[in-house]
Amino acid sequence: MKKKDINKIEQEMKLANSGLSEKEKTLFSNARPAPVKPLNKYLEKFLNWARAESLWILGYGTGCGAIELRPLMTSRFDIFRYGIAPRPTPRQSSVFIIGGYASLKTIKRIVRSYEQMQGPKFVIALGSCTINGGMYYDSYYTINRIDHYIPVDIYVAGCMPRPESLIAGFDKLKENIKAGECDGMNRYAENFDWYKNNQKKIIKDWDMPDYNW
Amino acid sequence: MIIKITYAIISVLVAIIYGLSLNGVVRKIYARVHGRFGPPVWQPFVDIIKTHGKSVAISHGIMYYLGPVFRLAGGLGTYLFIPVIFGSVVFSNFSMAGDLLLVMYFIFFGQLGMALGAGEGGHPYSPIGISRGLSQMTTFEVPFALSVIAIAIQYNTLNITTIVAAQQGGILNWTLFTNPLAVVAAMISMLGMNMHSPFSIVLAPQEIPIGPPIEMNSSFLATLQTNRGLFGAAKLVLFMNLYFGGAAHPNIFVALAIMIVKTFLIYMFSVFVGAAFPRFRPEQSMRFFLKWPTLIGIAAIIIVAYF
Amino acid sequence: MEEILKELKQRFSIKDPEKKRDDLHFVKIEKKDTIAVLTYLKHYGGFTHLAFLQAVDRIEDEKFQLTYMLYNYKLKINLAVKVLIERYQAEMTSIHKLWAHAWQYQRELKEMFGINFPGSPRVDESFVLEGWSEKPPMRRDFDTLEYSTKTYYQRPGRSTNDPKKYMKKKLYKNFAKSPDNGRKNG
Repeated sequence: MKKKDINKIEQEMKLANSGLSEKEKTLFSNARPAPVKPLNKYLEKFLNWARAESLWILGYGTGCGAIELRPLMTSRFDIFRYGIAPRPTPRQSSVFIIGGYASLKTIKRIVRSYEQMQGPKFVIALGSCTINGGMYYDSYYTINRIDHYIPVDIYVAGCMPRPESLIAGFDKLKENIKAGECDGMNRYAENFDWYKNNQKKIIKDWDMPDYNW
Repeated sequence: MIIKITYAIISVLVAIIYGLSLNGVVRKIYARVHGRFGPPVWQPFVDIIKTHGKSVAISHGIMYYLGPVFRLAGGLGTYLFIPVIFGSVVFSNFSMAGDLLLVMYFIFFGQLGMALGAGEGGHPYSPIGISRGLSQMTTFEVPFALSVIAIAIQYNTLNITTIVAAQQGGILNWTLFTNPLAVVAAMISMLGMNMHSPFSIVLAPQEIPIGPPIEMNSSFLATLQTNRGLFGAAKLVLFMNLYFGGAAHPNIFVALAIMIVKTFLIYMFSVFVGAAFPRFRPEQSMRFFLKWPTLIGIAAIIIVAYF
Repeated sequence: MEEILKELKQRFSIKDPEKKRDDLHFVKIEKKDTIAVLTYLKHYGGFTHLAFLQAVDRIEDEKFQLTYMLYNYKLKINLAVKVLIERYQAEMTSIHKLWAHAWQYQRELKEMFGINFPGSPRVDESFVLEGWSEKPPMRRDFDTLEYSTKTYYQRPGRSTNDPKKYMKKKLYKNFAKSPDNGRKNG
């Protein structure tokens, strides 16, 4: 292949970032996310154990379900004993809890925060609204299926699920991580265009980079 | 030379493990006070493994990259010039004449490096955290420096090993009893150094999410966490050496046990104060440090020098 | 309260005053009188507080009904002033000069119902909806279910139950036989 063609393909692989102004384009990265291959078998297994035993929640309450997270952290349910802790910034956290319904305004922030999290990252979707819209299935501003916009690892059904069921969800998530099945980040990178199309279909005023590094 | 390096590595590993376990124990104690079970004692280790094991890491530039490195270098520098156990070959580290000044320099060094690195992260909260952290640091350095000067005058040396040696032979030889004012000033400044509750505005998990390291992720964060264990242990050992007679025993394991008990108690002081008092605002904490502890430190120098 | 209503009646044309509770009254006024009535009520009637400004879509009459809910701190009385305006190209005089916080309500009405308030500060900025290009969603001719099915992906297999019937069938099988059956609320 000629060097020109390689350059052309590379150019096509870059993201357009068409939502940004010319000045902003220089400030943001336009690289695509790439799937990450697992390390060698035993090391990956060990790291998966560590990832499962130390889950840091992103402290961003996205819906009414966020209220269920508070009792989890206090003395009654005390999730700290399972190695789960809240973390105030997406850069450092590994679990994103979608707390119930996500409106259009929220989904924009959800996508942005999700993309800023460093992989491997996991998503727990809480409540019926995230599964099929729940009681807001006919609302003009509430999305129905969260898994069309970001990859979801665990659903916890209910309206609202009690903290106990959330703990059960965490247990299941831990099992899946240890088994190496939670590859939401790679799914997102592989089907990046599909996810982006879905997101851009509903978010009309797209004024952020195509991928928030 | 190689033996010396091996010893240093052993010593650093022991300090990191000790510092992290101390964090875990303290979290457990806090949890029991709240009526919770709390995280397991080994949770900090799992956290570090996990943050190191992240598959993606975002860097914002060279200074951002170097920030955690500077921080860890500061921690290592602080630790490696403090003799951990008096008279031990393995744990004497690189103690030498005048190491006290070097250690005080290194305590500041890591923070400055971190300030540069976190500033490049670009998040508005990290400069806020840095400005608070550095200004608070500058103020608590004042009573600490005064206290160190008082000790230097008292023992007529700047070598930590000599200071420890002068305190041997009975509990009444400790600086705690020979120069109580200097110890009071230094212990108050340690409250600020450990950033427990009255002076925890720098990290302020609620208001400015986590302060300076807000953009730090993956391995950068893991480096900072490692340093937190190491640096915490180093500070405690320094205080033990300067004010509480150090750890000395012919048997190295007994000496280590003495070190662990003493540093644990010193750390508990700031934990108890932290559990009892609410948080200061930045200007309140600065005024506080420049008022009473500073006066006590000056009094300590005057008493040592003229009486 | 009666006195204030009497005074109002003398000055303006107000229709069917209604007393819902001791502390809640409703009056209907003409659109052209709105500012005059509200100013009078604020400065002479003692209704110094605008609790809310809300709209109802009366699509059958081709009208919007605006409700200004006022509150009198001395008498502790709510007074709702209702105004009917045309639905087609709906427009209303802004009252942000009377109550400064009214601009926020007017901005919301502009977005949700499409009622314009010329001169109101920041009235064209989006309030809740970001980048909304459809019909204002609170208008009753906006079919929200259709929009939702069109825009957001429905998950197949969704079924809906009427909670009352469902619970009867599921849990209270012996309900009919129970002695409480005759009671009003079941």
